[in-house]
Amino acid sequence: MVDVQPLKSETVPGDERGREADAPRDSLVVRFGADKPLKLDAGVELTPFQIAYKTYGTLNAARSNAILVCHALTGDQHVASEHPVTGKGGWWETMVGPGKPIDTERYFVICPNVVGACMGTSGPSSTNAASGKPWGLEFPVITIRDMVRAQAMLLDHLGIDTLFSVAGGSMGGMQVLQWAASYPQRVFSALPIACATRHSAQNIAFHEVGRQAIMADPEWRGGRYLLEDTNPRRGLAVARMGAHITYLSDAALHRKFGRKFQDRENPTFSFDADFEVESYLRHQGISFVERFDANSYLYLTRAMDYFDLAADYVGLVANAFRNSPTRFCIISFTSDWLFPTAESREIVHALNAAGARVSFAEIVTDKGHDAFLLEEPELFAIVRGFLDGAGKARGLNGASAR
Amino acid sequence: MSNLAVSHIARNGGGARVDLVLVAEMVERGARVLDVGCGDGELLRLLAESRGVDGRGIELSREGVNECVAKGLAVIQGDADTDLADYPDDAFDYVILSQTLQATRHPRTVLEHMLRIGRRAIVSFPNFGHWRVRLQLLFAGHMPRTNILPFSWYDTPNIHHCTIKDFRQLCSEIAVEMEKAVALNAWGSPLRLNAPWWFWNLFGEQAVFLLSRKD
Repeated sequence: MVDVQPLKSETVPGDERGREADAPRDSLVVRFGADKPLKLDAGVELTPFQIAYKTYGTLNAARSNAILVCHALTGDQHVASEHPVTGKGGWWETMVGPGKPIDTERYFVICPNVVGACMGTSGPSSTNAASGKPWGLEFPVITIRDMVRAQAMLLDHLGIDTLFSVAGGSMGGMQVLQWAASYPQRVFSALPIACATRHSAQNIAFHEVGRQAIMADPEWRGGRYLLEDTNPRRGLAVARMGAHITYLSDAALHRKFGRKFQDRENPTFSFDADFEVESYLRHQGISFVERFDANSYLYLTRAMDYFDLAADYVGLVANAFRNSPTRFCIISFTSDWLFPTAESREIVHALNAAGARVSFAEIVTDKGHDAFLLEEPELFAIVRGFLDGAGKARGLNGASAR
Repeated sequence: MSNLAVSHIARNGGGARVDLVLVAEMVERGARVLDVGCGDGELLRLLAESRGVDGRGIELSREGVNECVAKGLAVIQGDADTDLADYPDDAFDYVILSQTLQATRHPRTVLEHMLRIGRRAIVSFPNFGHWRVRLQLLFAGHMPRTNILPFSWYDTPNIHHCTIKDFRQLCSEIAVEMEKAVALNAWGSPLRLNAPWWFWNLFGEQAVFLLSRKD
């Protein structure tokens, strides 16, 4: 199954790592100049800045079939096509593609890289135009609302007024909720999956462990590793390993690995990766650092930590959705302990109190939080049915009568 | 939710359950409707197709909910006994409780919430005063089991059975206006409108009530 690899610290030159951030491969890029700054919640403006994105399918003449897919913490714009760095398939190919629930033969799918990330949208590894050097920690702290504001500017640029749907899981789901709250008239339907209206104390705590792991790596150099040609690989890998556990469940880990040894019959009485689960986690950590920037990990986890819809709307989530014309479909998973069903139910209660049109389904699975990315037939049936129903209401051609 | 063996409820020529058709006929076109205990969504779908309503549903069973959502219906997983409290006043024109009243823990509270959330309420339920039910208890001496109430006493979801007479009594206690009432016999035909209540209570297998607030 997984290769045993030590956590080696292999240096990739800083300028090479910065390239994807400034000139992303296989992506569309829109640059916003000084006339169109991004106004950030932190009270500053980000300018100039750029958004890297991918599109799939065709925008219809009425411009009414666009679906915005929002990616999660470590995702990117390559939702349904090969990733230029890893060479692997898109991160949501189970959901998005021809004939898939988010059917690119019927819908025009847009997936932007979020602000603060590292795959071509401005973030800490991008070049700061003012200095000609990577931003590093000079990059302003961003929020989920900032990400959504930038995406709205992208849609303005594309000439799309109203989205047929906004969909995403985890941090993507937070963006979906923020979209519906910030731009209710631009969101016909919304699919927030495995998320919450605010990040819980437990989740903030996990994120802090990850950030501390990165910052404790001597190669992090106070965030200036790109300038100093180092790379906090170990720190980022440990952050990923810790986080990855929270994406699974006790039952899933037991089913996949149990206490099985990795390529050996007996324990070695050492700190080698004796157990399969150790080897698997190390692999997760190592493959992650190939494609992700450590500072981006700090910024994006922070954005999730700051997310609290109720705080933005006088203490009541329902206020965020008052008179919302949007059709919502909330989905949670029974074994997700990062964003448990109770938090989805809170979204539902708020939407009901606001009188919004809402569907809510909880799917039985032992796959934990990651279930939204995996083969879950019931999830697919629900997303497909919800979009079909919304498509009929929107008058989209080809909405199959099921 | 399978509170009843709904497969044994009579269907009309078009294949729709007669009790649901009766409920649908009581709803004004284009109304906002909440169906509490919406099962697999058959009534919501009928209402959308025949009356063009803006329908929402609550269903206890996860299978029912997921089936409804996959059909494109706006349904959430929830419990009539606990979740109606979250809805604001006057959010709907009609709140419907179809074949579910007898499975709630607090039927009276549920009914009160329904008439707070909606201007009108429609309630249908199996009549426990039907002669077949009475005869079983009287002569066979066991808890009644019928085609639509096939459960044994120890595994039934139906914990608050009532008769048509009982339900009318409850309505008068909580000051509810009965705008319309229909009783159906075992073949799904409505009983004579001018029949006395005792006749309905004996020969009606199910009853459907249209209620409103007594303002």
